[in-house]
Amino acid sequence: MTIDTTTRSRNIEGRVGDSPLRPDGIAKLKGEFEYAQDLTAENMLWAATVRSPHPHARIVSIDIAPALAIGGVHAVLTADDVPGRATFGLEHPDQPVLAGTEVKFWGEPVAIVAAEDEATARSAARAVVVEYEVLDPLVDPQAADERDEVFRRMLIKNGDQKASGDVVVEGYYEVGMQDQAPLGMEAGLAVPDAQGGVDLYATSQFVHVDQEQVVASLGLRPDQVRSHPTGVGGAFGAREDVNLHIHLCLLALHTGQPVKMVYHRSESFTGHVHRHPARMWYRHEANRDGKLVRVEARILLDGGAYASTTSAVLANACYFAVGPYTCESVKVVGIGTRTNNPPCGAMRGFGAVQVCFAHEAQMDKLAARLGIDPIELRRLNVLTKGSPLATTGQPIDTPLPIHEILDSLVAMPMPDDRIPDDALSLPGGTGLTTSPSEVVRGVGYAVGIKNLGFSEGFDDYAQARVKLTNEGAIVETAAIEVGQGLVTVMAQIARTALGVSRAEVRFVDTSRIDSAGSTSASRQTQITGGATLEAATKLRDRILSLHSGDELDDEGVWRDGTLIVPMAQIVDQNFEETVTFRHPPTQPPDENGRGTIHADFALAGHRAVVDVDQELGLVRVVRIDTAQDVGRALNPESVRGQIEGGIMQGVGLAVMEELIVTDGVIRNPNFTDYLLPTILDAPDVESLLIEEDGSWGPFGAKGVGEPPTISSTAAIAAAIRDATGKPINRVPVRPQDIALA
Amino acid sequence: MIVSFIVNGEEVAPRVSAPTSLLDVLRDELNLPGSKSACEQGECGSCSVILDGELVCSCLVMAADAEGSEVVTVEGLGEGAIHPVQQAMHEAGAVQCGFCTPGFVVAAANLFAANAHPTSAEIKEALAGNICRCTGYGAIIRAFQGLSDQTS
Repeated sequence: MTIDTTTRSRNIEGRVGDSPLRPDGIAKLKGEFEYAQDLTAENMLWAATVRSPHPHARIVSIDIAPALAIGGVHAVLTADDVPGRATFGLEHPDQPVLAGTEVKFWGEPVAIVAAEDEATARSAARAVVVEYEVLDPLVDPQAADERDEVFRRMLIKNGDQKASGDVVVEGYYEVGMQDQAPLGMEAGLAVPDAQGGVDLYATSQFVHVDQEQVVASLGLRPDQVRSHPTGVGGAFGAREDVNLHIHLCLLALHTGQPVKMVYHRSESFTGHVHRHPARMWYRHEANRDGKLVRVEARILLDGGAYASTTSAVLANACYFAVGPYTCESVKVVGIGTRTNNPPCGAMRGFGAVQVCFAHEAQMDKLAARLGIDPIELRRLNVLTKGSPLATTGQPIDTPLPIHEILDSLVAMPMPDDRIPDDALSLPGGTGLTTSPSEVVRGVGYAVGIKNLGFSEGFDDYAQARVKLTNEGAIVETAAIEVGQGLVTVMAQIARTALGVSRAEVRFVDTSRIDSAGSTSASRQTQITGGATLEAATKLRDRILSLHSGDELDDEGVWRDGTLIVPMAQIVDQNFEETVTFRHPPTQPPDENGRGTIHADFALAGHRAVVDVDQELGLVRVVRIDTAQDVGRALNPESVRGQIEGGIMQGVGLAVMEELIVTDGVIRNPNFTDYLLPTILDAPDVESLLIEEDGSWGPFGAKGVGEPPTISSTAAIAAAIRDATGKPINRVPVRPQDIALA
Repeated sequence: MIVSFIVNGEEVAPRVSAPTSLLDVLRDELNLPGSKSACEQGECGSCSVILDGELVCSCLVMAADAEGSEVVTVEGLGEGAIHPVQQAMHEAGAVQCGFCTPGFVVAAANLFAANAHPTSAEIKEALAGNICRCTGYGAIIRAFQGLSDQTS
């Protein structure tokens, strides 16, 4: 979509395509920005959660008396105190608000406590006596598959199922369980309203879906629960599911006092879902000329104890199992298992990350078998606008500049090929463990594709309201600013569409506006952005038509170069427009997993350069070059921030980050043992934004948050293979996978 | 017990329970929520403060150990205006969710107080105790390289 640019407002700052500074930047830098963790209220109580120490057990009895006997304790609630729906869940409400008869994962909430201060609340939580009959946990996803303990099975069959090629490559791949590890831990404050309702201020990615789930479990009317967007310290998928939201509202209504809860880091690791660990079996067949003939994949994702978004993540993994390539014969089998492992759900990349690691490894393997350059093999098979997605058969009607991405990556300058000899730049770091003579360098490429927005027929929409006031344009939305910068971008859209220089985004609660949908699936710039653009455009058109004007700017309405109505007079009329924006409709899959399932697609490609200490199995990611399909960059600096941040989470998955789960128990739920990349692990990153018109997003914008995370991991794995010759069929790559393989 | 110390130039004497961290006292008793709690074990640097001239994780300092000390938190930098490290981060787009940001500000202010023109390696080493999950560090490095390059 393009918009007429009025000549008068063309010079204002902070329009679409500019990179204005964040309006919340100074407050965040001064420590004044208010996060959910920082909220307080008069008479506030603190809450704590009693959690299961077992991954699977029957609850024999719960004795809350010892906790209630502690001075300062106001309430101890169990499953019996949940007045409404006993369960919650984003797609299927299968998870108990509080476990009543059985616990199904380590850390599952069993009871909640409110007390006068945090220390007392935590003491009281420890004082609750829960008697368990410990049961055998089901922790092997293959066993779960055999027992038909599954959330969803997928079968995609496209094309002639008997097709076969001249050469065959097979592979088995694994991806470990990654955590989003947002720096801000789960936190919230619930305030009772004295009429039986409650206001909730909590970490979230989607306040309307939190509100719906609170309403259901508290047995209240929708108008009695208001969920307020509040300061969120990062999300990456971890905040799409409810965790402390219902608990806080239960305690606030029970005690009649405001109640606050903040998870500790170890709790945070059990209090939100993780990226699904994956096991993937692949078979690629191709002709000698390099053309893919058939791809078969079997993808097993462990969903853990409760459903969360496993169904959708599994579907995504299956739909993008072939990657951004055409292939006329495809079969994909997907299994999302139910076990007693920690629940898994949304994380940046949402299923596309796991399969990208596998399909890109397969493409490299195939290239080696055929004796074709890996980039050339990709060029021979790439998906472009107009061709059908290999799995669903959906014709691609969005720009898909994969040739440009590959050409750019190859052309980007390589770093100096000298292995550095300073300790900070060696794989072993300042521990001085690495002998430079053991270090080998490798280079790897990968490309990935993912859908944007929600798919499979989901009614995906966002509402936004734009007002013209004496403070400038105000955009109202319930979309969540998790740090990605929609607070900047929505104002840019409003400035551009209205022609005014002042614009501000205000986050309003669920009672004041309809849903903006989830801050996930790379969707807010496109969908809340689409609503903002449409509302601002309607507002401008209404004002101009009312006054028969031809231009609007800060001074007012103009006609033929003459100011006819000053802005002061316009803002007195309290103009506003509210728009609900929907992306193009999608469909659920047919019996073969095919159909118009996705609304839009985006691509990215990465070239990784790594140095590997072969003896110790240590890796340093030296450099990542990337080119990304962004449609149109509404705020190029902000896009660059998404790319660099997304790549670093890909670096983490490639070589550092894994939740170690044995017998259903997370063994490293803390930042000492769950390793996150630091500034010393940061590779140099050069990013190129590929802009091409044609997406339905505002001004042609595509979502940009997820693509950087999809293929960066795969590129690093390819680079390690290049350096070492080792198979590297698992990420994160561990020292033994290099040194002992 | 009462612990007396100086925070951002002001004498304070909060009543604290023995096992309380300096971070909790700053946030909960002294109304200074700019220092953030994110890992509780000194790994992420979000709670960084300057204690008697040393950069520390305030989650690892017992409040009682602050007796007689001088503490500078993010709220005490810039003397009411914007500190140069804050301005540099703002302009470089080095803030996303912002939760790690006060810790980076304090660590960088501590670095630049000692060394106005740090090299890239010195910047990285000085900030290696601070974890950022959003930016990938690129904009943070550009912010401080730019500040270091400015002639004073």
